[in-house]
Amino acid sequence: CDSLLVTAITAATEKVKTKRRENRFRNRNGLKSVLDEEVLLLTQQLLSSNPDFATLWNYRREILLHLETVRSEDEIQRLYEEELSFLEACLKVNPKSYGSWHHRGWVSTRLPRPDWARELSLCERCLSLDDRNFHCWDYRRMVVRVSGVPVDQELQFTDRLIGSNFSNYSSWHYRSTLLEPPTSSACSSPSTSPQTHSHRVCEEQLLKEYELVQNAFFTDPNDQSAWFYYRWLLGRAEREEMISCVYVSREGERVVVAFSRPVNALSVGLLLVVDGQPQQVNWRSAHPRLRHSPMWICDLPPGTISDTSNEHNLTVHWTERHTHRDCALYTGRSESWCRDSATDLELFRSELSVEKSSVLQSELQSCTQLLELEPQNKWCLLTIILLMRALDPLGYEKETLAYFQTLKEVDSMRTSYYSDLCSKFMIENTILKMEYAEVRVFSLCEKNLSTLCHLDQLLLVTHINLSSNQLLGLPPQFAMLQCLEVLQADDNAIENLEGVYHLSKLEEVSLRNNNITQLSDLKILTTCPRLARLDLRGNPITQIANIQSQLAELLPSITELLL
Amino acid sequence: FKLNLPSHSDERLSESVIAAACARVGQRVLHVDRRSYYAANWASFTFNGLLSWIDDNKVCTYFTLLFITPVNSFKQQDQEECAPLAEDQQILSSDGEPQGEEQLSGSAPTQAKKKKISYTKIVKEGRRFNIDLVSKLMYSRGLLVDLLIKSNVSRYAEFKNVSRILTYRQGKVEQVPCSRADVFGSKELTVVEKRMLMKFLTFCLDYEQHPEEYQDFTERSFWEFLQNNMLTENLQHFVLHSIAMVPRETHTEEGLRSTQHFLRSLGRYGNTPFLFPIYGLGEIPQCFCRMCAVFGGIYCLRHSVQCLVLDKESGRCKAVIDTCGQRISCSHFVVEDGYIREEQRKGVEHKHISRAVLITDGLLLQSESEQQISLVTVPPLEPGAPAVRLVELCSSTMTCMPGTYLVHLTCPSSGSAREDLQPVVSRLFTKPASDGSDERPAVLWAVYFNMRDSTAADRSGYDLPGNVHVCSGPDAALGSDHSIRLAQEVFRQLAPHEEFCPPAPNPEDIVYDGDGGQGEGAGFSEAAQAEEGAAEEAEESKEKEASQESSPVEVGEMPDPPPAPLAEE
Repeated sequence: CDSLLVTAITAATEKVKTKRRENRFRNRNGLKSVLDEEVLLLTQQLLSSNPDFATLWNYRREILLHLETVRSEDEIQRLYEEELSFLEACLKVNPKSYGSWHHRGWVSTRLPRPDWARELSLCERCLSLDDRNFHCWDYRRMVVRVSGVPVDQELQFTDRLIGSNFSNYSSWHYRSTLLEPPTSSACSSPSTSPQTHSHRVCEEQLLKEYELVQNAFFTDPNDQSAWFYYRWLLGRAEREEMISCVYVSREGERVVVAFSRPVNALSVGLLLVVDGQPQQVNWRSAHPRLRHSPMWICDLPPGTISDTSNEHNLTVHWTERHTHRDCALYTGRSESWCRDSATDLELFRSELSVEKSSVLQSELQSCTQLLELEPQNKWCLLTIILLMRALDPLGYEKETLAYFQTLKEVDSMRTSYYSDLCSKFMIENTILKMEYAEVRVFSLCEKNLSTLCHLDQLLLVTHINLSSNQLLGLPPQFAMLQCLEVLQADDNAIENLEGVYHLSKLEEVSLRNNNITQLSDLKILTTCPRLARLDLRGNPITQIANIQSQLAELLPSITELLL
Repeated sequence: FKLNLPSHSDERLSESVIAAACARVGQRVLHVDRRSYYAANWASFTFNGLLSWIDDNKVCTYFTLLFITPVNSFKQQDQEECAPLAEDQQILSSDGEPQGEEQLSGSAPTQAKKKKISYTKIVKEGRRFNIDLVSKLMYSRGLLVDLLIKSNVSRYAEFKNVSRILTYRQGKVEQVPCSRADVFGSKELTVVEKRMLMKFLTFCLDYEQHPEEYQDFTERSFWEFLQNNMLTENLQHFVLHSIAMVPRETHTEEGLRSTQHFLRSLGRYGNTPFLFPIYGLGEIPQCFCRMCAVFGGIYCLRHSVQCLVLDKESGRCKAVIDTCGQRISCSHFVVEDGYIREEQRKGVEHKHISRAVLITDGLLLQSESEQQISLVTVPPLEPGAPAVRLVELCSSTMTCMPGTYLVHLTCPSSGSAREDLQPVVSRLFTKPASDGSDERPAVLWAVYFNMRDSTAADRSGYDLPGNVHVCSGPDAALGSDHSIRLAQEVFRQLAPHEEFCPPAPNPEDIVYDGDGGQGEGAGFSEAAQAEEGAAEEAEESKEKEASQESSPVEVGEMPDPPPAPLAEE
């Protein structure tokens, strides 16, 4: 029986191929093609046993397009309606067929008098059978867009779906797309407030959403759909793209530009103007491995700003974004910068939004209440941490660390993830403290740091102390510490120094008790011309014979080498 | 006329299951029923049938017909005439006024409640819907559903999900959140309560795994246990009365077991743990009877057994003599408790069940769809009174006409049915004469009666030969586990080495090999043929009924869910 079927299908396929070839030939020769209903019938037979045959659907579309030109509107309407009922049969065979859904979308838009209500109810039916059929979700979005279904109605639809199964992330996600107004140009005038986000969702709606999602995670706190949606609700929009800092070094004859998010300066149209004169400069990122980087550096033509008795006005234009930033280098100053600080930008309110703190506070209360009932719930713990960070990162530091400890215990599979996240928060806090203190010293010791991040925020730092953590290396981003003079990173497990790259002011490096084993690991230090003091005590490399002389050869600038 | 194998008298659930099980394994079964309808106390009646049953049972031995509400409440236009609940017996008096303009349509919104349904109309339409004498629901993971699936008998019937679990609390009817989706959607519970409830229910699902949680309470009541678990009053009510459905003083472990039973059935076919057969519970014994007939069982209605013939030496029953004086040999005799003469009982104290059947004009709790099947638990209204269980059926179950609802009330008797149930009825329902300001649905018609609950008795309670098996009538429980367990026990005595209700083959799976049909035994092909014939007949009759059905009820945006097919999901 099977082999019979195969034979029949093969025969039909052959026939379709022949027809198609014939048509191509006729087309080429300007003959009237024989796109006829026989082919429609043949392809229909084939597709009804295998609806995932894209070529046949294409062929059908060719025929239908042709028929559109020769038939009356009523006939076309009938033809396409037949096509729709054929498609329904195909969807019964395979409700997740790409071909069928795509063809249905095509037919629906070609239909002279489309019946969108019917399409919506088809979607509803399919989603009631499988509420995660993403083909159907896509199709529904198309129908909704084309037929202009009001947002309210769609929200009610998701209400229903979430009501019947709140573990369906598809419905939650659809809800989030409905609530988010179409992305209007988010660039509200950057001068007034660089970080303003008009509430993405109106207050009243938001409160309703909080209630809905709380119902879900109180009912089943182990279901991640609700938590993800909650994070989205509390979350904020992407940060606006802008130039966050311009730094000029007189002696280095260098300009450093920092952006709010990584860009490729070579392709975004960056223009440097010094005292009204556009400059021909080459932009490079802090490290060759960083193609997209939040920080770009250029060397000025020699002599442009080297005379300390002169005052210079620099402007960096970001032509693509129609934005710019000025920076003045006054007489007698060796360096100058113009920037928005992390505290100004409230940069580290974790991922959570700049909602009214009263809202966040009451959300924190609900979550704490849930945690009392479910002390082991990782989603709840994590959300509490995020809420605390949004409210007061420094004030809640102690609690945050304790919750991280619990998280690592209850979810040991993700210990490293939590360590990295915790490291990130600790770095953020240290940056905040540093900025409040208005110093250029960054010190974060004995905090179990497992990773480094936000290094672009450390552009102005001259002294950094990362001792007694769990770092394995200094990543390429470390090269963004363009003002660094002293680096202390004792008692880690550092193996590579990739990021100690072209740090022109670096004079002192202390790497005691790390894991540096080979001379080649230190080769990168040759890019730092002023390096004079290097402490490598307690590293495996010190065991290599003749290491002292080899190092002296490799790094002639060093005057004080401790092995 | 001679039969050498089991002879049954009268068929209710247990008996019909035994009969089907025996016939299925090749035993010869004679089914004798003194009534003209199947299933006795398990019967479903048309409305008219019910009326005549009420008439008959005024003299009935084991039914005490206590009270029948009058029908004058059906007089519509002249409301002043509606003397509420005047006690007369004119059940059958219908006022012949044509009520054509009161066309009922299920799709009409809440105003439908205001529409009046004439008694004439109910009588006229009465043929189309079935009213059960017993009120039970089927636990989705109960013994009955398992048996229906296993034996393939489920194909003879269709089922609907019970759509809501409701309860009466603080003077109003509320939905009980029992499934995950219900808890999520509940407006009555705070988020903390939601968490507590989910946590408690999750624990109950496998409470045996966590004995440390309840071991201090094994000697104490379930209610105390609930209180100790910091469940709020709301939650205590829901769990005790609507999920476990046990009295306060129930022991902790039993309460946990009941809760677990409820929860395990949840989600198999829908959002509640229960199914209800379309056309009523009377369908179920009939389905088994049909299976019995398909495998060669013989049925004699309006026929009863006069006496048993006992073997002097063994003391066993070897034959029965029917009312026509015919002797029918048998090796076993299965009889319902109601047929046993008092002399044969050894001081068995029978309990009673109080029942009421109402026809009402609206849902107890309004919802988007008017097609709802609800189980309503009413906790004791005053200390010492029994908890009342109420099942509200909509017209799509084919138990009442569109626009009306059939309401069953059940509780263990402490007094007469009317004494037990009237207080609940008067709180939940109103009289049809009211001016519409009352939100409660009105009772259009009501009957109260008591039934005997003979489940307490066991074999030793009867002075009968060893091969005479007594089946008890319906019990007060919500499920039918007792009857199925009983049937299984009796079957084991009748045919100790045979399988209980093995799957019956589908008619289309049977291959006829010439005329002989020697495949699985000679009787088999007959069975299959009979099966096909019966199936067609049934299909036809159902089709007829369906076609007579006026417009099918479809309400709101949500189409009525299709009947749940009974098969393993």
